[in-house]
Amino acid sequence: MGSVSLLFQHLMNGLTLGGIYALIALGYTMVYGILKFINFAHGDILMVGAYIGLFAFDALRGSSPLGPWWLVSFFIAMVISMLGCAVLGMVIEKVAYKPLRKGSRLAPLLSAIGVSFILSNGAAWMFGTHSRKFNYPFDNSPIHLGGVVVTPHQILILVVAIVMMVALKLFVDKTKMGKAMRATSLDGDTAKLMGINSDMIISLTFGIGSALAACGGMLIALDYKVYATMGTMVGLKAFVAAVVGGIGNITGAMLGGFLLGLLETFGVAVLGIPQGFKDAIAFAVLILILLLKPEGLLGKVEKEKV
Amino acid sequence: MLNFFILILIYTCIYAFMSLGQNLITGYSGMLSLCAAGFFAIGSYTTAILTTSFGWSFWATLPIAALLSALMGVLIGLPTLRLKGDYLAIATLGFAEIVRNIINNWDALTNGPMGIQRIPMITIFGIKISPYQKYGFLLMEIIMLLICWFLFERLASSRMGRALEAIREDEIAANSMGINVTKYKVVSFALGAAVTGIAGCLQAEFTLSVSPGSYVFMVSIMVLCTVVLGGMGNFVAVILGAFIIQFISYLPQLIGLSNIIPAQAKQIIFGLILVIMMIYRPQGILGRKERNNKKAEKNWLLNKKEAINEHA
Repeated sequence: MGSVSLLFQHLMNGLTLGGIYALIALGYTMVYGILKFINFAHGDILMVGAYIGLFAFDALRGSSPLGPWWLVSFFIAMVISMLGCAVLGMVIEKVAYKPLRKGSRLAPLLSAIGVSFILSNGAAWMFGTHSRKFNYPFDNSPIHLGGVVVTPHQILILVVAIVMMVALKLFVDKTKMGKAMRATSLDGDTAKLMGINSDMIISLTFGIGSALAACGGMLIALDYKVYATMGTMVGLKAFVAAVVGGIGNITGAMLGGFLLGLLETFGVAVLGIPQGFKDAIAFAVLILILLLKPEGLLGKVEKEKV
Repeated sequence: MLNFFILILIYTCIYAFMSLGQNLITGYSGMLSLCAAGFFAIGSYTTAILTTSFGWSFWATLPIAALLSALMGVLIGLPTLRLKGDYLAIATLGFAEIVRNIINNWDALTNGPMGIQRIPMITIFGIKISPYQKYGFLLMEIIMLLICWFLFERLASSRMGRALEAIREDEIAANSMGINVTKYKVVSFALGAAVTGIAGCLQAEFTLSVSPGSYVFMVSIMVLCTVVLGGMGNFVAVILGAFIIQFISYLPQLIGLSNIIPAQAKQIIFGLILVIMMIYRPQGILGRKERNNKKAEKNWLLNKKEAINEHA
């Protein structure tokens, strides 16, 4: 394999990983943009999404042979999982975060950690601690494209991730709801005065963020296993991606996700960082960005006012 | 039964050490740190490695473990503490995971997933303190805990303690009163880390072996729960919290139902404690210890009177 095609190979791998990070990072960044707090339970919502998707997919495909129905049922399962997680996200917000909106900054963070712990251990209790695996929605034998090996899964991941991101961007930029979201994020109190139902917008934000996380969870489950703590590491990395892009900034989260995916892939493949320390790359990136450009790549510097 | 109770008390003491540290960091300074498990592991492995491979005595490893944990605290704290608290939570969570990764993979030093066995017992003035005779061990722990508690209590009512509370209440106001916010935050983070490291030393000496499985995220959550349950900003309360949390986590064994109750049940309870306490009683069972300002006020008035008298 020539060095150019090797480069493209790593690029492809990095982009697929990055697409997933970007999807999940969007949830962190949207919630942070509006409520100014990190939803620690986001990674666990992703895990719940992967489980719902897995069960729905298994129920839908039945015992039919591998064929187009598998792909259709995969997408139906994805919709079910996204809807389920959107509801879950909104319920969590209503129960665990909303009563704490007026309190100290520490309170919702601690509550979110509690929710995260409840979700991951609840899943381990209900579904067992063993890991499960998706049946491939379609034949995953690699395709050779001029020296670059691409699996159908990678194509699926990239296509779904990009479609979701474009849809979100259109929703936020072009619709009235999106405008209300942007207004709430910019200045919640003024938005309220302008007649925006901020509680509804916050619910909507949690719903959309959780649905995107569920989508990301199902995409991860294509290549990795499904287990109760699968969301923890991915969630943390997606948060790093959101910070890299500038937390609160939707385009930034997408950029940060792809960037982190590429950095991780190239860090292992080119710089020779041992596989065991792959997870440390994201945190090194976090520390670096906090030291050099704490507002993130696309974030605006915000002076704290008294 | 009594034996079991002593066991709970021994673990209460170990967790009380960690909770004192967490309370200084979270309760007093208002920073959310999630890497108690990381410093705990550093303390344990320092003692384990120095006593087994180098033949050091436990008492000599204690300050080294505390120093090493504090150093790690400074390293992780310096870049993140200058910023808003939220980043600290993620950075520390990542740090704890990395520590666990390293002790799992660095076979030459930590013996990897197998861990280190046969750690020599503590001796003091020629008397061996065996963890099998639990009373002696518990007594030693209690004495150490009392010393530590006394020091932290003094620290909290010192200039530094007041500075930390000012930072927690309003960072900008504290800064404008001339408090070096970053310095105090880093120092309190390092002190919290050091005492958590000491808890790690005790854990290593109690189990006489260390393995990466004992330093999971669960530990950090338990410590956080302890502080939230007892009452943030109150050292007595967190010791009480440590006892309650240990009691809950050993309750299934205590009533002989550990086969029926799944291991996840208590962890779900810890999660529920965090959420419910935050919603209904954010100040914890005992609540924050309010500073008694009467004395300071009196002194201030006295000084003022003297100053006026001098003028007259």
